[in-house]
Amino acid sequence: MKKITRILSAPAFASVMSSLAAIAVGLLFGFFILLVSNPSQAFAGIWTIMKGGFSDGFKGIGNVLYYATPLIMTGLSVGFAFKTGLFNIGAPGQLIVGAFVGIWTAVNCAFVPQPILWVVCFIAAMLAGAVWGAIPGLFKALFNVHEVIACIMCNYIGMYLVNFTIKNTNTYDQLKNQTVNIGQAAIPKLGLDKVFYNLKGRYMDISSVNGGILIAVILAIVIYVLLNKTVLGYELRACGFNKDASRYAGIKEKRGIMLSMTVAGALAAGAGALMYLAPASGLHIHVIEVLSAQGFNGIPVALLGLSNPIGIIFSGLFVAYITQGGYYLQRLNYMSEIIDIIIAVIIYFSAFALMMKQVMAGLVSAKK
Amino acid sequence: MNSFMQTFSFLIQQMWIFAVPLLIVALGGMFSERSGVVNIALEGIMVIGAFCAIFFINTLQNVMSGQGLLLLAILISIAAGMLFSLPHAYASIRLRSDQTISGTALNMAAPALAIYIARMAQSNHVQQVQFNNTFRIRAVPYLADIPVIGPLLFQNTYITTFIGFAILAAAWVVLYKTRFGLRLRACGEHPQAADSVGVNVYKIRYAGVLISGALAGLGGLVFVIPTSTDFNATVSGYGFLAVAVLIFGQWKPMRIFVAALFFSIMKTLASAYSGIPFLKSLPIPSDIYKMIPYIMTLIVLAFSSRSSHAPRASGVPYDKGER
Repeated sequence: MKKITRILSAPAFASVMSSLAAIAVGLLFGFFILLVSNPSQAFAGIWTIMKGGFSDGFKGIGNVLYYATPLIMTGLSVGFAFKTGLFNIGAPGQLIVGAFVGIWTAVNCAFVPQPILWVVCFIAAMLAGAVWGAIPGLFKALFNVHEVIACIMCNYIGMYLVNFTIKNTNTYDQLKNQTVNIGQAAIPKLGLDKVFYNLKGRYMDISSVNGGILIAVILAIVIYVLLNKTVLGYELRACGFNKDASRYAGIKEKRGIMLSMTVAGALAAGAGALMYLAPASGLHIHVIEVLSAQGFNGIPVALLGLSNPIGIIFSGLFVAYITQGGYYLQRLNYMSEIIDIIIAVIIYFSAFALMMKQVMAGLVSAKK
Repeated sequence: MNSFMQTFSFLIQQMWIFAVPLLIVALGGMFSERSGVVNIALEGIMVIGAFCAIFFINTLQNVMSGQGLLLLAILISIAAGMLFSLPHAYASIRLRSDQTISGTALNMAAPALAIYIARMAQSNHVQQVQFNNTFRIRAVPYLADIPVIGPLLFQNTYITTFIGFAILAAAWVVLYKTRFGLRLRACGEHPQAADSVGVNVYKIRYAGVLISGALAGLGGLVFVIPTSTDFNATVSGYGFLAVAVLIFGQWKPMRIFVAALFFSIMKTLASAYSGIPFLKSLPIPSDIYKMIPYIMTLIVLAFSSRSSHAPRASGVPYDKGER
């Protein structure tokens, strides 16, 4: 009994429970929409959403891992900044800058031995993103410019800069108005394609999963350790809690802001690199004047994971899972946009859930 | 000289198309933030306001046209914006939750809802909602003939431009010259103090968020009408730009106006540079021109942000029990 009480009163348990409650409300809301739009198939529809990536066997699961990769990375980027008291709304710019530098390196550094070429590209992308993220950090630390506005400006500047550079370098495929193929720089699949496939007769219908997901998970763990087990992480989080108090305690707040934005930028850029260096994905940067939607997706993932790096792994997986469900939902003639609505409702109710958490904690301690 | 004047008035007319929606939405954000609630959901509210109003126009355009239809659509956009901002108000005022959370939720839901409803409700099942632009005013009678000012303000214009000016004037009066404005500002600076003298902080904050919803919804419509002939579930990040203009304008109406003008002049030059002989002759590619508004904003901000005037309690939920 004592053990149960201890588990029940652990903050992590309360977080998980409240997130699950929010998910339940979101699904209920989704079911309601399905019911309104086409009652006859509503049950089949909600079942498809809940089955998510499992609808398509191992290939489906593999694809969930594939789509979760950039979500986890951008989620980490936004979540890390949240933990240090900053709102990194600049992930779209950082992501596209990183993606471009990754592709540029892939095209222009073909002299690097093939097995490590993708590593070089990935590191180059993250460095570029670090610089791009550091710019708003610099403006905030030195000139007191609000990071939200600096990030929004850097999003557009980054997008136009990437468009301009693509058009003026050998990375441009003029005919298709997009970047060229990455050649030998694809991320290895690390045998994951041997696990996540469906057998169709003698043909292996493989999923798009690749080594990127492992990198995302490892980076999440690294960020977790950095935030929770190091002095630097402690200082950064202290700035997030109360920057005046941390300045009083001798923490260099301005250095913290710059460092935090640099790391956040690198993580978002990593998302871009993992997306565009994925093997046989057919993804290219299109030269269009629209901000990268994947960059914005990091915000809901971070919120859903309560900005906890480990939580973000799960929230990224969840968003990818349910998005896959939305993809299969189209077979029932429903629009996949319903998934975004459900995720929005879940995020909205996770705000309620935080309150419920306090109520639950109160109940458990009252029982003692 | 004549051709210079023509180019100049064309540029100014273009500039209003960028400036007015930014102005309206940023003023909306101002009311919310000055009452103490950060509203990152402006983008989403713009989408919903524009969607409802354009859908309304799309439905009625065979029966009506011109300014009457536009005025009705404006009312629809305001109502839709207010309604859509309610969940944000409820979560951040009553539930005292983190205000970025509900804002993000609304931003995510808005385009999805717009696409979903458009595809369900339209007979051709596409997400674009098409409309005929019958709203442009070639020349305002009498006023358009005034030298200099006439072409700049009263030719090739929309009624929404003047509504934007009216909102600016009204916002200034309400914020600084009325009891409500004083209370609103008090709730954003020091809600405990406001409460202690009998101001209902919750009510004032609800009012602030609802005003921001109304103006953001309207701003969405104002943005879409002159720039397109169909609504495709997006306002191209203008809601986020409005947040930037709001911060740029230091949460003050007249400064917001200047910020919106500054940004729009830059944006107009960037998009219409090829029509200006001097700029066209410079060896600068178009992508670089397009970056300039954003770079200039950053630079100006770097020089002008030394002392920030953000409402002190903005983003901080008010808990009556914590007084």
